[in-house]
Amino acid sequence: MTEFFQHLVNGLSLGSVYALIALGYTMVYGVLQLINFAHAEVFMLGAFSGYYLASWLPPFSREPRFVVVLSLSMAICACIGVVIERFAYRPLRQSPRLNALITAMGVSMLIQAIGQLPFFMGPSPRFFPELLPNRTLLSAAGVSLTTLQAVTLGAAVLLMIGLHRLVFHTRFGAAMRAVSFDGRTAGLMGIDANRVIALTFMVGSALAAAAGILVGLSYPRIEPTMGVLLGLKAFVAAVLGGIGNIRGAMVGGTIIGLVEAMAVGYGSSSYRDAVAFGILILVLVFKPSGIFGKAVVEKV
Amino acid sequence: MNARVLESWAWILFGLLLVGLASALLPSASQSYPMYVAGLAGINVILAVSLHVVNGLTGQFSLGHAGFMAVGGYTAALFGTRIISEYKLMYISEPVSDTILFFFATLLGGAAAGLAGLLVGLPSLRLRGDYLAIVTLGFAEIIRVTIENVEVLGAATGLVGIPPLTNLFWIFFWALVTFLFAKRLQESTHGRALAAIREDEIAAEAMGIDTTGYKVRAFVASSFFAGVAGALLGYYLTILTPRDFTFLKSVEVVVMVVLGGMGSISGAILAAILLTILPEALRPLREHTGVDLRMVIYASLLLAMMLLRPRGILGRQEVWTLLRRRREEAEPEVAP
Amino acid sequence: MTCRQRRGSLDRGVGRSAIPRGAALLVLCAVLALGGCEKKSGARTAPGPGTGGGSSDAAEILFGEVASLTGPEATFGQSQSRGIALAVKEINEAGGVLGRPIRVITYDNQGKPTESAAAAHRLVVRDRVHVLLGEVASSRSLAMAPIAEEHQVPMITPASTNPRVTEGRKWVFRTCFIDPFQGRVMARFAREELGLRRVAVLRDVRNDYSVGLANFFVESFRELGGEVVSDQSYSAGDIDFRSQLTEIRARNPEAIYVPGYYTDVGLIARQVRELGMKVPLMGGDGWDSSKLYEIGGEALEGSFFSNHYSFENPDPVVQGFIARYREAYGEVPDALAALGYDAARLAADAIARVGSLERAAIRYALATTRDFRGVTGTITIDENHNPVKPAVVLEIRNRGATFAKTIEP
Repeated sequence: MTEFFQHLVNGLSLGSVYALIALGYTMVYGVLQLINFAHAEVFMLGAFSGYYLASWLPPFSREPRFVVVLSLSMAICACIGVVIERFAYRPLRQSPRLNALITAMGVSMLIQAIGQLPFFMGPSPRFFPELLPNRTLLSAAGVSLTTLQAVTLGAAVLLMIGLHRLVFHTRFGAAMRAVSFDGRTAGLMGIDANRVIALTFMVGSALAAAAGILVGLSYPRIEPTMGVLLGLKAFVAAVLGGIGNIRGAMVGGTIIGLVEAMAVGYGSSSYRDAVAFGILILVLVFKPSGIFGKAVVEKV
Repeated sequence: MNARVLESWAWILFGLLLVGLASALLPSASQSYPMYVAGLAGINVILAVSLHVVNGLTGQFSLGHAGFMAVGGYTAALFGTRIISEYKLMYISEPVSDTILFFFATLLGGAAAGLAGLLVGLPSLRLRGDYLAIVTLGFAEIIRVTIENVEVLGAATGLVGIPPLTNLFWIFFWALVTFLFAKRLQESTHGRALAAIREDEIAAEAMGIDTTGYKVRAFVASSFFAGVAGALLGYYLTILTPRDFTFLKSVEVVVMVVLGGMGSISGAILAAILLTILPEALRPLREHTGVDLRMVIYASLLLAMMLLRPRGILGRQEVWTLLRRRREEAEPEVAP
Repeated sequence: MTCRQRRGSLDRGVGRSAIPRGAALLVLCAVLALGGCEKKSGARTAPGPGTGGGSSDAAEILFGEVASLTGPEATFGQSQSRGIALAVKEINEAGGVLGRPIRVITYDNQGKPTESAAAAHRLVVRDRVHVLLGEVASSRSLAMAPIAEEHQVPMITPASTNPRVTEGRKWVFRTCFIDPFQGRVMARFAREELGLRRVAVLRDVRNDYSVGLANFFVESFRELGGEVVSDQSYSAGDIDFRSQLTEIRARNPEAIYVPGYYTDVGLIARQVRELGMKVPLMGGDGWDSSKLYEIGGEALEGSFFSNHYSFENPDPVVQGFIARYREAYGEVPDALAALGYDAARLAADAIARVGSLERAAIRYALATTRDFRGVTGTITIDENHNPVKPAVVLEIRNRGATFAKTIEP
């Protein structure tokens, strides 16, 4: 039984990481119907900007320093996101969706390749500084939970609530939903679709930066290719939950995290990655638009 | 009607003759580096054209081509290490026996991949757009993870000791077969149904086209040729490893199809050749820059292409229609 | 004119006429690229390769290197490449070999076996190198080896540990341990020196090096009367290992064998401690990197790993290498850099000994290497083309490795 609870804790904390990254995928998809493969790279850049900021900033008291690093990286990545959208995606707004997708992959490859060049980040992994102390928070009956696991979990929940409020209780959110529902009509109603999309990218990229820093804290090894595997899993989580749906990203991330933990615990660790994809396929075959996704009926 | 049939057979014979001549006259792949690269390009052409049938012609988005390639490659390779290396057909010399068995192995690889395509396609081709992409991606990943864990398949080290039987003739031969298949399909009733599905699935269904059936058949055919390409690759390198069948390989093939121009066979061929030669041609660049910029150049080129020419190199057109049009264009000026 | 109009109305396209021109241009580019390649090689490969004959007209000695300089495993490839570059620089500064300078041609393979084969092919057939160096991963070396065999070019792999890389091959050598030896070293150390009975294994399934070491460790440890209580897997690049470690914790092992690369081991060690386990970790030469202590921090104190050499070794060959590497690249060399360095020096040594650039002669000299003093130990090549050299077991103390024991082969 101890193992079960430990697996539960492990699964939830890993799931919250997936969920954090999945939120960015799902937001962009909701508005543009674009799988933003570059999101994983913005996540990586978020971690690296945190790394560089932490080494440049003068040392002052711990918690405010963490907040400064976090908010600055979020701001930096928000800008990066807007730049990517402006120069790589906007010119392709009218082209077939596959082109935008290939462009997204191109951006992702380019950022990775440049990041690996020795005069940028270089390929070797780096140690992410300990911005927050990591202690064992809870160690009852053999189940252990660290502060950072708790922080990540809390941050994921808080960000999701914030995002939910942003989307459903603000004017910007209403505009976003309008663009997502029908871009042309929204435009006719006086909504500046380009602005909404740019803002969406800003928010999504800032979220990716936050995820990058939180991941860097709990798993202090960062490298230019760190986004690839995590990004893919997070994306799978977003699809599982129903891509375009914020709650779906959260639930999908948690499910993938839990499934992986349980697959190791009660199955075989060597097939763990296959199990996650297997679950995804099963869900999609029976519910083609994901758990929370609405089945869209195409009109002729 | 008869003349057309005759003409197309003439073309096929001509193609076969060309392939035979080319592989007889050109230096062999193992002795000449450009020919070695040409072999790799040929394998990529098979992959790109086969994916074209699903992505370009039918408009379905598959991200799992590497998986089918792996199924075909490993099936053929197992046959190679277990049968071809050990046994020989009776009454004929060893090289002839090897060649016959090798041809059978590529067919076997194709069949295995086709079967995998059927198993994946049947449940998942109801899905549309990105969801189909994710399911195919998922299947490819499951196949890769399985290979990594199965000792008989060589696990992470790879399946070694595959007899080196792939030569330029077989690569060109299969590239030609794939090309002819795709071209004939595109121009057939079947192909028009697939194009109708690409343009508007609902309208196609309303016209009485069994969309799922057509999609599954296209998918199976595409997987078959991907499997053949995998088989050829295994016998070319003499080793197959899971590292060659990652998500990135699938992406590479999709990039070839999109870069060539969605819906254009010649575009896919052109892009496949270009994208194989380019990274090889850029190798010496490292001597001057000190760092390897090939990935940076590849990605930048891809971005530039997509932004400046979103339709791809050829758009939806084919080289031969373009040439024919040129000819027609030139004629009236002479006539009056 | 009329024709143009008809065309326009049929296609509904604007500026269509630009397409054929653009396409033609691209075709031309492709043809030129291919044609350009052909001409050059045709001029060069006149005598026909495969004869193994030396291109003795060349003023310089050519080493061809294949490395994963980009892609997910770039960090390992760059270490290998740096080690080789340093060795060649030193040899050239000392006057080269046979009075000729050495030049290294390095090609990237993006971590892919197919690209490794293409790169090796280019080096052997086009550039006609005298010695082929590479790769780190056995799967990629296995893709290169048939090409070296067919064209009869000696190949030295610095760090591919799978026995099959050199098995039954005439032209392929290596400078690193093979999996069975290193796996046995740690099994013996754990069983005989530490007196452990119950050990868990955590292997990287994506990495043949890790799988190989784990397999041979498990085999040897069982033969020595120990028990492997849990055998778990992860994939290189994962960040969370807690689920596997939770399973391991439930089996109560006395130590955990993690034969992966330093990139993952640091994180694993941290999570072992976070789950409240106090047992030591054990590993192989993939651990050897300053990054390990940086990422793992205190979590690794008291752990052991097998390696080729100890940093405390007073041998001037070792100390000189470490000092010069640090000077050149600003960091402590890892095992891959040391192995790359030795591979390049071994090749140069063989050429110097035999006094010829004939590939067959170089091969013969490599095969008869006796007591070559490398950084990674005194190397004698055995009949399977593997080096016979002792392994050392190092203990991690104060964020550094200290010598614990030498284990002879």
